[in-house]
Amino acid sequence: MRTILYIIQKEFKQVFRNKTMLPMIFVLPFVQLLILVNAATMDMKNIDMIVVDMDLSTSSRSLIEKFSHSPFFTLLKTTFSVDEAENRMLENETDMILVIPAGFEHELYGQGATSLQIQVDAINGMTAGLINGYATQIINGYTLELLSETGRNALINLIPKNITVNHSFWYNSELEFKHYMVPGILTILLTIIGMFLASLNLVREKEMGTIEQINVTPIRKYQFIIGKLVPFWIIAMFELAFGLGIGKLLFNIPVEGSLLLLFAYAALYLVAVLGMGLLISTLSQTQQQAQFLNFFVLVTFVMMSGIFTPAESMPHWAQDLNTINPLAYFMRVIRMILLKGSEFRDVAGDFLAIAIMAVVLTALATWRYRKIA
Amino acid sequence: MNQRKTIISVNNLVKKFGGFVANDNLTFDVHEGEIFGFLGANGAGKTTAIRILCGLSYPTSGKILVSGFDVYTQREEIKRNIGYMSQKFSLYEDLNIRENIRFYGGIYGMSSSAIRRKTDELIEELDLSDIAGTLIRDIPLGWRQKVAFSVAVFHEPKIVFLDEPTGGVDPLTRRQFWEHIYRAAARGITVFITTHYMDEAEYCERVSIMAEGRIEALDSPENLKNNYGVKTMDEVFLKIARK
Repeated sequence: MRTILYIIQKEFKQVFRNKTMLPMIFVLPFVQLLILVNAATMDMKNIDMIVVDMDLSTSSRSLIEKFSHSPFFTLLKTTFSVDEAENRMLENETDMILVIPAGFEHELYGQGATSLQIQVDAINGMTAGLINGYATQIINGYTLELLSETGRNALINLIPKNITVNHSFWYNSELEFKHYMVPGILTILLTIIGMFLASLNLVREKEMGTIEQINVTPIRKYQFIIGKLVPFWIIAMFELAFGLGIGKLLFNIPVEGSLLLLFAYAALYLVAVLGMGLLISTLSQTQQQAQFLNFFVLVTFVMMSGIFTPAESMPHWAQDLNTINPLAYFMRVIRMILLKGSEFRDVAGDFLAIAIMAVVLTALATWRYRKIA
Repeated sequence: MNQRKTIISVNNLVKKFGGFVANDNLTFDVHEGEIFGFLGANGAGKTTAIRILCGLSYPTSGKILVSGFDVYTQREEIKRNIGYMSQKFSLYEDLNIRENIRFYGGIYGMSSSAIRRKTDELIEELDLSDIAGTLIRDIPLGWRQKVAFSVAVFHEPKIVFLDEPTGGVDPLTRRQFWEHIYRAAARGITVFITTHYMDEAEYCERVSIMAEGRIEALDSPENLKNNYGVKTMDEVFLKIARK
């Protein structure tokens, strides 16, 4: 036990003395969360739109105002010519055209129902779906407002034209998507910090030759592996807390479930990931080899983990492969706990799976570490 | 002198790397408390043999006991009784002298208070108090080697294996280094040292001279010079190497 403490103490001294690594540990979560979350988000803040207002009434103006006040839409111009607006769309100058027909206000108040037309550039089906979704929301909001102000039923029918509406995307309103991405990015962050730091550290000892000096001591293999695992486990746990804090401050991610449960899961997950990193380092002679293996494993696991696409929509064989992908488990569990408020009984199976992986990977790393060549 | 207790006993040690025979049937004994020189040109097989004796590498065949323990089955027991300083420099460059000593002392299971007390003594003895807190990467090679040697004998092993400990340093520093070796030997530590500096061979009680994986001569420097009818170990070495 004391032997392990001496290794841990030494590793911490080295980490805190490393002028390149230390800042990285703190800068990485900022950069990853700020850049990746925003970049990977279906950012629809700048939808260019043209309005063809043939009604020129108070109602049409107040509807247009709803659009121009929305952070998502930029009103390029108002015109009377549908042809002109459509030409603009063909020139790729606008994403959406809103056509308010003459008699809009009259019908709205007279009959309680009227029609509008929205044309969306559907080159990108997913974007089109989002634009349609936002526009619908604004129009619905407008009708609700009318209802509460006038106490009268108001119904606006939308006449779709040339749009492919994919309603499966509508709930990806921008903020929700970020909430979905932050836990995903945090998963990658933890994995990189844990796996890379641990494996490169051990391989560096091989490169420097200091491992010889350790191998010639009576140290036990498990002592060495635990001594190498614990420091980076602590750093990665700290990193999770740090990353969650940034996620909360910058993106106001919801924390529906128990943080204790999340950290308990992370504790096991990190043992598995660090075990994997150490296993990789026992299979490598140089940092270059270790880095190559690390990247290969990381990229494969991240792509399979369902960070962008739900793992449930993957082919069955891919889902089967994911039973041995620790990232897939953590990705799912962190989202379940943070976004859905899942409790222990909801993730008990994931706990068991990650515990088995933690034991197996650490045991493999210990077994593969050779004190003798 | 030959009545002294044997601490390392090597019988018919063979080490092959594929078709290449690095150690060809080595047989020798090292006595308790002696300074044993393991000489030979580069590539003669010195490092291979020393790594086997330290339990860092498997022999292909042969019966080898180090401090009474078998290198095949009792390596961890051997490791409790030896110190090792490799040719490849092996202190942590981003730790200072004190921290390096503390780390290795801890790995060997020494108590914190013993480590602190011995470290103070050592720093006094080596006259290192000015640079005890300096990172290893910032101190000159000659100093590092003294520290590395001190680390290798810090836990008071029965035997210390030194693999070309004085490579790349000037004659004066080498002399100082040998003073430390003598001091360790005076405390009863058996010293097993490889070198290709023939002036260092003169400092050893007995030397073996290896060429192409075989031991060609093994005796005290005095007897070797008489047997070959020459005045220096340099000449002994050249005669054996040219044979």
